[in-house]
Amino acid sequence: MNKTFTPNLLESESIYIFREVVAQFNKPVLLFSGGKDSITLVRLAQKAFYPAKIPFPLLHVDTGHNFPETIEFRDKLVAELGLDLIVRNVQDSINTGKVKEEFGRYSSRNTLQTVTLLDAIEEFKFDACIGGARRDEEKARAKERIFSVRDDFGQWDEKNQRPELFDILNGKIDHGQNVRVFPISNWTELDVWKYIEDENIEIPSIYFSHKRNTFLRDGLIWSQSEFVYQENDEEAIERIVRFRTVGDMTCTAAVESFAATIKEVVNEIRVSTISERGARIDDKRSEAAMEKRKQQGYF
Amino acid sequence: MNVLKIATAGSVDDGKSTLIGRLLYDTQSLTNDKVESIKKSSKQKGYDYLDLSLATDGLVAEREQGITIDVAHIYFSTAKKSYIIADTPGHVEYTRNMVTGASSSQVSIILIDARKGVIEQTNRHFFINNLLRVKDVIVAINKMDLVEYEEEIYNKIKKDFQTLNEKSTYNEQNVSYIPISAINGGNVVNKSADMPWYNGQTILELLENIDTLDSQQSTQARFPVQTVIRPKTDLHHDFRGYAGKLYGNTLRVGDAVTVLPSLTQTKISKIHFYNSEYTEAIAESSIIIELENDVNVTRGDMIVKTNELPIVQKDVNATICWMDDKKLIEGAKYLVQHNSNTVLAKIEKVKNIIATDFSGSKVASQLSINEIGNVNIKLSKPIYVDTYAKNKLNGAFILIDTASNTTAGVGFVI
Repeated sequence: MNKTFTPNLLESESIYIFREVVAQFNKPVLLFSGGKDSITLVRLAQKAFYPAKIPFPLLHVDTGHNFPETIEFRDKLVAELGLDLIVRNVQDSINTGKVKEEFGRYSSRNTLQTVTLLDAIEEFKFDACIGGARRDEEKARAKERIFSVRDDFGQWDEKNQRPELFDILNGKIDHGQNVRVFPISNWTELDVWKYIEDENIEIPSIYFSHKRNTFLRDGLIWSQSEFVYQENDEEAIERIVRFRTVGDMTCTAAVESFAATIKEVVNEIRVSTISERGARIDDKRSEAAMEKRKQQGYF
Repeated sequence: MNVLKIATAGSVDDGKSTLIGRLLYDTQSLTNDKVESIKKSSKQKGYDYLDLSLATDGLVAEREQGITIDVAHIYFSTAKKSYIIADTPGHVEYTRNMVTGASSSQVSIILIDARKGVIEQTNRHFFINNLLRVKDVIVAINKMDLVEYEEEIYNKIKKDFQTLNEKSTYNEQNVSYIPISAINGGNVVNKSADMPWYNGQTILELLENIDTLDSQQSTQARFPVQTVIRPKTDLHHDFRGYAGKLYGNTLRVGDAVTVLPSLTQTKISKIHFYNSEYTEAIAESSIIIELENDVNVTRGDMIVKTNELPIVQKDVNATICWMDDKKLIEGAKYLVQHNSNTVLAKIEKVKNIIATDFSGSKVASQLSINEIGNVNIKLSKPIYVDTYAKNKLNGAFILIDTASNTTAGVGFVI
């Protein structure tokens, strides 16, 4: 019987990138947040190396302010697939005085993650950090290379990036440097959701419609939590919401939604006229918020 | 899924960002928050129209200088296919970015300001699209609103461009001419009511009709091995598969193949993708191949059909586009990365610099950044190539500076 393999071009490109990473670097790691993009990366990595195991560990930089559903999901996934997971905590960076906790209305540990991440890279001597950033997310990310070289300080020099031609990925670096690798650079949010649907990939429950105590601020829906600063006059009520993007609780806003299945989520995204990062509180700090964080080593 | 990659190039003022913004806006690809912020900024600047160029202008440095400094990637989709635009700037010092954008694109849009006609930069853009053999070129004659939508002006520019096209040696290239007004949306997505004399397709219509697989399936199969998969688990104890991305054409189980450089002949015994087996895979598939005999294959090797061998050579004659501040000089050593194969190389001879306006070449002994020239390169080990004209992906390589590790140039085998 004839059976022809016809590639999904985006999937094919991502698998190619994963294999280049393993061939060109000594110590790669997959930066895992528990969000849909990093979950998609795990599936792609499985496909790239099957029947062999995924040949690198996962690193989770835990702000301590994650949704409990995300952490549960993370631990389950790791156990099921037999993956190696490394967790490093922002709380430890705070305890050792390397970073200072933010206070007040918009306090978040999101930017503090960078220090914990850079420390972990140094601790384990990782030379390639694979992440789920996509170019369609944000304008600074639209200029990001697939292999993005960072200096000893983890900094991104956007004016001095290596040209990337054809499929050829240049992973040559000096000792102490590392490369951030973005295998789903060319995917859009809808591509990711459609892939999750087609592949039947399990994702944390908070991506689906559920009841949650939330309050409104600046036109966004914030989760009520011990980690999220809340004014006295910011009254929380129960709303039917879901999350379209998942960072930690202090920087991720919910959207009102009844989409309870992956099919309904895909349909919602298809007709949506609000961008994904519109629900990211961390990007609202200033117009160039992401660009600034990236220059400092943010992922 | 159909994905079409498009390269855009243009000078600062010819409305490239506006065209892209218009494509996004009229295909409903811009989100409400983006449209709102464009409206706000347009109003602040006192414009009485939507400044759609703001949909793409990215980094702070760019906004300060009002220019585009690097290749940006922009995404939109229709019911028919997904589009990826590699947006590159058009200044003379950014030839390298244009080459980069064109390298991964099947279509290129060249913008011409209707008031200015074919200028030096038009020549350069077209020259690069020729050199890189971009299959479809759309010549978008923009700002027709500023020349009263005159058919005569469109015809004159089209004729000038056709004269330029006569100098091209890439005869299979499809060149189309479309008069547009990006600012008003005429002939971008929707037909323009102001140019009833134009009966052709709009830009989007043309893009929708391009066959995305056409340029990838038309040559000989090349399978560069990226990595060897050896699980060494109880279940797959003796499994030894070769992982790579297939280029050029189909490979089938049972195909008689040769492994380069060892020239070992064998047959394909299995083709895997994830946990399924297939009898054949078409170009662009990231698959795992098993071979019949127990042969020694490693990263950098290439599997090809035995009756379709590539050129195996240590002396390479190539056209190089130089991308580094440090000049390319004779005697210099670089790494050549060709597919998964990386070898040490020495620049034997720089023969000439080719003018990017079709005016010919002049003798030279070095190449500076953004210059293009023919170069002889001597390699420490052979690479298995085709000419770029025959097989794009197997005919291109990069040069890596061994000191800075940067990608210093790109070569096209001739």
